[in-house]
Amino acid sequence: MSEQMRPEQIQITIDQQSITVAAGSTVAVAIALAGLNCRTSVTGEPRGPLCAMGICFECRATVNGIAHSRTCQLLCEPAMDIRTQ
Amino acid sequence: MTTQSHLAHRFQTLIVGSGPAGIAAATCAAEAGHRVGIIDDNPNPGGQIWRSLRGQSTPDTSHGDGASEWYRRLTATSATRLQGWSVFDQPEAGIVRAERQGGTVHLHYDNLIIATGARERFLPFPGWTLPNVMGVGAIQAMVKGGLPVAGKRIVLAGSGPLLLAVAATLRAAEAIVVCICEQASLRQLAPFALGLAADPAKIMQGLRYKAATLDVPFHTSAWPVEADGDGILRSVTILHHGEKQQISCDYLACGFHLVPNTELAAMLGCRIEADNVAVDELQRTSISNIFCAGEPTGIGGLELSLIEGQIAGLAGAGQDKEARLLLDKKRRASHFADRLAAAFALRSELKELPQETTLVCRCEDVPYGSLKQHHSWRAAKLHTRCGMGPCQGRICGTATHFLLGWNADSVRPPLLPVRIASLASLEAPLNSATSNTQETP
Amino acid sequence: MTTSYDAVILGAGIVGAACALECARAGMRVAIVERDTIGSGATAAGMGHVVAMDDSPAQLALTGYSRSLWTRLSPELPASVEYHACGTIWVARDEEEMDEVHRKLAYYTAEGIEAEVLDSNALAEAEPNLARPLAGGLLVPHDAVLYPPCAAGYLVEQAQRHGATLLLGHTVISAAHGQVTLKDGTALQAKIIVNATGSLAPALTPGLQVKPRKGHLIITDRYPGYLHHQLVELGYLKSAHSSTGDSVAFNVQPRKTGQLLIGSSRQFDSDSEDTSVDHKIVAAMIERAALYMPGLPSLSALRIWSGFRAATPDKLPLIGPTEDPTVFLATGHEGLGITTSLGTARLLADHLLSRPTTIPLAPYLPSRLPSSYLSDEAIHV
Ligand SMILES: Cc1cc2nc3c(=O)[nH]c(=O)nc-3n(C[C@H](O)[C@H](O)[C@H](O)COP(=O)(O)OP(=O)(O)OC[C@H]3O[C@@H](n4cnc5c(N)ncnc54)[C@H](O)[C@@H]3O)c2cc1C
Ligand SMILES: Cc1cc2nc3c(=O)[nH]c(=O)nc-3n(C[C@H](O)[C@H](O)[C@H](O)COP(=O)(O)OP(=O)(O)OC[C@H]3O[C@@H](n4cnc5c(N)ncnc54)[C@H](O)[C@@H]3O)c2cc1C
Ligand code: FES
Repeated sequence: MSEQMRPEQIQITIDQQSITVAAGSTVAVAIALAGLNCRTSVTGEPRGPLCAMGICFECRATVNGIAHSRTCQLLCEPAMDIRTQ
Repeated sequence: MTTQSHLAHRFQTLIVGSGPAGIAAATCAAEAGHRVGIIDDNPNPGGQIWRSLRGQSTPDTSHGDGASEWYRRLTATSATRLQGWSVFDQPEAGIVRAERQGGTVHLHYDNLIIATGARERFLPFPGWTLPNVMGVGAIQAMVKGGLPVAGKRIVLAGSGPLLLAVAATLRAAEAIVVCICEQASLRQLAPFALGLAADPAKIMQGLRYKAATLDVPFHTSAWPVEADGDGILRSVTILHHGEKQQISCDYLACGFHLVPNTELAAMLGCRIEADNVAVDELQRTSISNIFCAGEPTGIGGLELSLIEGQIAGLAGAGQDKEARLLLDKKRRASHFADRLAAAFALRSELKELPQETTLVCRCEDVPYGSLKQHHSWRAAKLHTRCGMGPCQGRICGTATHFLLGWNADSVRPPLLPVRIASLASLEAPLNSATSNTQETP
Repeated sequence: MTTSYDAVILGAGIVGAACALECARAGMRVAIVERDTIGSGATAAGMGHVVAMDDSPAQLALTGYSRSLWTRLSPELPASVEYHACGTIWVARDEEEMDEVHRKLAYYTAEGIEAEVLDSNALAEAEPNLARPLAGGLLVPHDAVLYPPCAAGYLVEQAQRHGATLLLGHTVISAAHGQVTLKDGTALQAKIIVNATGSLAPALTPGLQVKPRKGHLIITDRYPGYLHHQLVELGYLKSAHSSTGDSVAFNVQPRKTGQLLIGSSRQFDSDSEDTSVDHKIVAAMIERAALYMPGLPSLSALRIWSGFRAATPDKLPLIGPTEDPTVFLATGHEGLGITTSLGTARLLADHLLSRPTTIPLAPYLPSRLPSSYLSDEAIHV
């Protein structure tokens, strides 16, 4: 990536992979952009956001060490560490 | 315990929810001279319809539906605005607790206005748990939250005026909206669509007409029966006038109209009637200092939410006379709400959507087959774990209410999962909250 | 509907379910009557800790016996029962409590219950999320946890296999002199009536010294690997002992799902149907738990609930005959009814069928207590 990082871009880490997203993106969107699913269900199914409004808890991931965070309700912040569950 | 931080969070009127109803209520109460607080769990104000666009911290004002005017009026008042806080408990009468990323606050109120809005109704069908199958409002929120959908094939399905509103958002974001599938029949919809001519300021401007201007096929009596994919969505099968059609797509956005968020009201002991919070003409609930406005009193759309919000704000601040001036407008808007409900009533065939192995409870992965053996929500919950996960039955309880006629349990704190510390009221001061709290001193 | 039975069991909690199975297995014609759904009373509220408890010799005898019955049953339990022999660690904070650990070890060993002392390091290794340093603990490896409503469901299913009839959604309004009357007016004739309605038993058998004792629990989201054993503070006995006032104790359980179930509180409450959450008690429970597990407060709690233990003045259950020769009791199990359900049912069936019992029934016979209803003051003596 030779292009200089524009200020409205922020860098975060998802599953130890560094990615750049537009500032103001939700964490759920960032996970989708990284091509990942938020979580694996209790019987092993991949899951992503269902309601995008904080109700369904399908978008849970570990954000900055806090497990079960609802990523659709969180905005990306610089250096955020996100781990899918 | 009267600490200084406690004193700072005493409000004459506290509003929960900063969608249109909450913003109107806060504005009117503050303009009437009340010390007002408005609290909401989204990062930014606006609720669902006025949800902010990525990178903005103000409501989406792009639709010319009054959002900018209301927000300007609100910000001109001294109302304290708290974003990103979820109200989860009332430890004693007159005090609610809210949590935000681990911090907790106690908010004291004289009057409380509940403006918690609505959520989408989801119904289970085979494949609905695949990633990229989501709600209609959900895909709109994801796009507003930065999801690029240009060139993506999207099928919109389910029921309600939201389908068209979201089609417009998606077209504007350069997505390919393959088609819109509305479960209601044309006959059911016609009176509603015609009625709109007399209500020009409504949330939708005519069904087929609008779809046509968006250049999107609009099917009535059509609904999804199966989603397919290999770990991610690849296609959806639509049943349209009795015929099945498989459509390949990147996203299926599917929601069956809206259900009111009545849980906070129920937890506070407000009377619930026919799934809505019961209110009198001035939006007073069965508890004297608690008001309710907007969708929790019944799905009625933007205009009714704004009117109810104003009435609640005024009445809460003791301006009953001014509030009553809005009653005529409210009556007219609620006729619209009644037509809305009739037009988008769910057809009973949708009860056949889930198969034995279709998961109904997505938190605990409980299939329909094991639920059906039970005779009540409580029995099913105790014996299958249905509804025991973090969504607390918000999704599966709403579905089984429609599918099996079950009624969910009474609501107890916490209203949603919170850190254990928050339950013990290990308080964090308001100003320890991070960036996007907006607070006036 | 048949209206004549050898035995009619009132209540399909775990105790009623176990009694139904024992009776049906012995060849009796059995009906189980439940007002709501299987396991919907205290059984739905309980923690599901199958534990050998040494509050008194009679309590250790019954819990030890019952625990061995669970161990024997465990291979046939379906996955939904979530039976998990995780063991208990009684946690000692200081040297004084370590003395108690050694006393307990001697007592358990004498009764044939395996136990092992953990020193400070061994405790920290066994449960890395405990606070450090703690003095140590007593590991009781064969204690277990299970999910009570499904356990009750399984016992009822087995009873039905042996011919028992399940009457769900029927409230019993009276039960005496060989007749059980349901709210809809149906009368069932029974040679034997077993009142297993938990803390509500006095409503059907007046004069019972059973009082509801409220308890709260908190369940978390899933944190697999966070906790390995059921942990109970040694001070728990002090809390469970007190017959008066409110108390809390550190008591946390690993569920098979990876969830943590956090207890426990004890309150006497006048209204046995008021399950509302008491915020002060919950806060006290959390503060207590945080002393032992400092990381616990940062975990996500899904739900809080409460339920009622059926408490007797001497903390032992009521098992056996009453003055009415057709009415038998199986109630008063306080905080141990999940554990002692199987022993209770076996003792009662042995008594009904005049079979020899494995442990003496005498300490649990209702006749040990005066039958008149005692006032609060009397119970505190
Ligand atoms: C997902 C969705 C998308 C929609 N999109 C459109 C659209 O594009 N066009 C259209 O015309 N109509 C749309 N609607 C309908 C529209 O929202 C309503 O007609 C109306 O605007 C509702 O206003 P309100 O203030 O009652 O509720 P809302 O706008 O829903 O606001 C309620 C607010 O309260 C918050 N809240 C709820 N519970 C708590 C709590 N415990 N603590 C803190 N905050 C809480 C919510 O997060 C939300 O921000 C949508 C509805 C939904 C559910
Ligand atoms: C917070 C808490 C934690 C606990 N933890 C543990 C633990 O870890 N280990 C342990 O061993 N025990 C524990 N217990 C105790 C245990 O839960 C109870 O002792 C046990 O569930 C009692 O079972 P039961 O069948 O006697 O009563 P219940 O489960 O209460 O069953 C009685 C049944 O009778 C029915 N009924 C009542 N009246 C009528 C009527 N008139 N007609 C028809 N039906 C009727 C009720 O609906 C109910 O289903 C705990 C209890 C609590 C409250
Ligand atoms: S997608 Fe439903 S809570 Fe985030």
